[in-house]
Amino acid sequence: MRGLFLLTAVLFLFTVNSNPVKAFDPDEVLDDPALETRAREISKEVRCLVCQNEPIDSSNADLAKELRIVVRERLVAGDSDEDVKSYLSARYGDFVLFRPPFNTATFLLWFGPLLVLGVGGIGMFFFYRGNKKLKVANPLSPEEEARLNLLLDKDNKTKGSDSGEAS
Amino acid sequence: MIAELGQFAIIMALLAAIAQSILPLIGAERLDSRLMAFGSQASLIQLLFVFLAFGCLTQAYIVSDFTLVNVAENSHSTKPLLYKISGVWGNHEGSMLLWILILAVFGAAVAAFGRNLPVTLKARVLAVQAMIGVGFLTFLIFTSNPFTRLLVPPENGRDLNPLLQDPGLAFHPPMLYVGYVGFSVAFSFAIAALIEGKVDAAWARWVRPWTLTAWTFLTGGIALGSWWAYYELGWGGWWFWDPVENVSFMPWLMGTALLHSAIVVEKRNSLKVWTILLAILTFSLSLIGTFIVRSGLLTSVHSFAVNPERGIFILFLLAIAIGGSLALFAFRAPSLKAGGIFSPISREGGLLLNNLLLSTACATVFLGTLYPLFMEALGGGRVSIGPPFYNNTFVPVMVPLLLLVCVGPLLPWKRADLVGVLGRLKYAGLATILAILLAWYVTEGGPFLAILGLGMAAWMLLGTLSEWADKIKLFRAPLATSWQRMIKLPGSAWGMTLAHGGLAIAVAGMISTSVWKVEDVAVLKPGETISVAGTDYRFDGVRELAGPNYQAVEGTFTVSQNGEFMTILKPQKRLYNVQKMPTTEAAIHSTFVGDYYAVIGDQVEDGGWTVRIYREPMVTWIWFGCTLMVLAGFLSLADRRLRVGAPAGKRKQGKREQKSQRNAAA
Repeated sequence: MRGLFLLTAVLFLFTVNSNPVKAFDPDEVLDDPALETRAREISKEVRCLVCQNEPIDSSNADLAKELRIVVRERLVAGDSDEDVKSYLSARYGDFVLFRPPFNTATFLLWFGPLLVLGVGGIGMFFFYRGNKKLKVANPLSPEEEARLNLLLDKDNKTKGSDSGEAS
Repeated sequence: MIAELGQFAIIMALLAAIAQSILPLIGAERLDSRLMAFGSQASLIQLLFVFLAFGCLTQAYIVSDFTLVNVAENSHSTKPLLYKISGVWGNHEGSMLLWILILAVFGAAVAAFGRNLPVTLKARVLAVQAMIGVGFLTFLIFTSNPFTRLLVPPENGRDLNPLLQDPGLAFHPPMLYVGYVGFSVAFSFAIAALIEGKVDAAWARWVRPWTLTAWTFLTGGIALGSWWAYYELGWGGWWFWDPVENVSFMPWLMGTALLHSAIVVEKRNSLKVWTILLAILTFSLSLIGTFIVRSGLLTSVHSFAVNPERGIFILFLLAIAIGGSLALFAFRAPSLKAGGIFSPISREGGLLLNNLLLSTACATVFLGTLYPLFMEALGGGRVSIGPPFYNNTFVPVMVPLLLLVCVGPLLPWKRADLVGVLGRLKYAGLATILAILLAWYVTEGGPFLAILGLGMAAWMLLGTLSEWADKIKLFRAPLATSWQRMIKLPGSAWGMTLAHGGLAIAVAGMISTSVWKVEDVAVLKPGETISVAGTDYRFDGVRELAGPNYQAVEGTFTVSQNGEFMTILKPQKRLYNVQKMPTTEAAIHSTFVGDYYAVIGDQVEDGGWTVRIYREPMVTWIWFGCTLMVLAGFLSLADRRLRVGAPAGKRKQGKREQKSQRNAAA
């Protein structure tokens, strides 16, 4: 349970922003600081369509300014954050949002990293199992075992003392 | 005339590269020492000609020879000399030539420093290195020739993009390219080893210094790029998950994995097949990075079609290089013998886990960068992938990796006792809890998760320091003994401590500035004051000034805290004469705890000026940490050179051998 909590904690680590801040252009700023903060958060996830990979929050383009005002108008009209985003994506397509939607076309995108981790993890599992088999396949005689342990201990000690060398 | 000389030189370099990619291979097959030795000679000849070509292009830029298309399109006679020179690589053709130059330098360096390499391995490495050269030189000559003349030269040039006229960006591309191209050596070694069918500890010892060189420069290049973005773009941001940044980050992640897995090959003769694969993948990502930025593919699949000739050529080259090497890998890797075995909880196991997490992180960035292209190409519509995606995928993968950074180095080889190792970190753990409490107090109970994040950074740093203290027996032996042990620590041990410590510091900076950044924007008239995060910025007015090739408006801010004068900030807004492009020059006052950052914008109707003020807590820690990492790379390299037995220090090497013989005897 605590692990799960930590994971969720981590997921949101970089999305928190504690400070209410003002908009790009002073004349756009909403009077209600709570609404303004929400507007800023949304603006950071909305793409300026005529720019190269820039959110409307930091773009100088006229279109970005228009979109910033649209976002604020929708918020003042009482829309939720999700409403504003779906309003924008309905008009401009998914391209306008920096958070890609979750659907069949983007399934591989969202789950790709997990897939790589899973395949890598399974590969590691079989690697270690193969290692074990290798060990079992060539058992040592008790004398060999004793000698090996002696050597290993010695080796570990010398290795331990200069252990940092390798890294 | 000089341009024709350059043209001639790149053709000669291509011929040398073609010969170098064939003859040494035949020589290695037939054990013909003369053919094998030709590889070294050819690599020097190739370097000579590429250097000549590069010199010719640089000369054309310095004297502003606008009869060359390349110079006319990217330079201007009024540009300061530094930017005339950096303009050479500030465009597609020139940057390709720089790439080839660095490739040739690395090839010649292998020839010169690899005197004690087995002759067949060396011949094959140089041949593979030359094949890469052939690909790039052909691309340069047939699709991106920098020496093309103009029939009617213009009176003056079109100038370099003003954003690039900056000292930070003058040196960013060369450093980045040394990083990208440096991985070509690891790649060539990997391919040569596959051809030879032999990978051993010695192979890893030759590969590691080259990988480390590349990694060090790539780290520096990326850090320089993000620093530039921070002070030049005027948004106070330092990383945007922009595709252009991502493509340099991917080889870094993979190269970091390679650097760690090569240790296992070197020390334990294990993970050989995996390390070969990593070497291939790292350089493949470097290739993809170079080409994707250069082809214009990133903006959209459609801009790819603007220059189909280049695009097709690029795809073709990528297919041969990556497809070919992976096919060779699939064909030959099974014949490589497995090495030493180890349990999951061991130094090797830790390094393998590091590799798994780094590869996953790299896959995440890869998907985020290229998925929109694939989707668009397959007719699936357009999507944008930005920070929200990476926060939810990349960050969770990195957190366990970062938490384990200081645990791995404590694990002994083969098998380890995890409880015992964690026991050795108990003081670091206790100090981490104190650090978390301190962060809690200082930030007045700021966001819980951010404070945990800072705790993670503290854990990394303290754990790394405690490992170092362990190694020199600090406080457990007389101080004189500890001192003796400390000065005897090998460079690579220092390298590890510094690199991991630097990473911790950089992570602390990243978290702080992401979470506690404060920004404000206002319209101010001269004499008015704005207060941001407890600091007062009094706007004293503006003045106009003229630079060598731009006009500027400079604002003055008097910064004070609690009525006490702190500093004066003078941000500029420039308009470059030729391209009529405005740029912002932020004014930054850096301190240990944070930066005070001011930007001046446009004048509004009532005579006031739009100003933006940022307070960036601990932001310089990011680049300080990166600097430590770069330093760590060089320290470790200084040590490696002796071990690998490169030319310098014959006497010392002899001593070392004696020592190792003594050790063996004991």
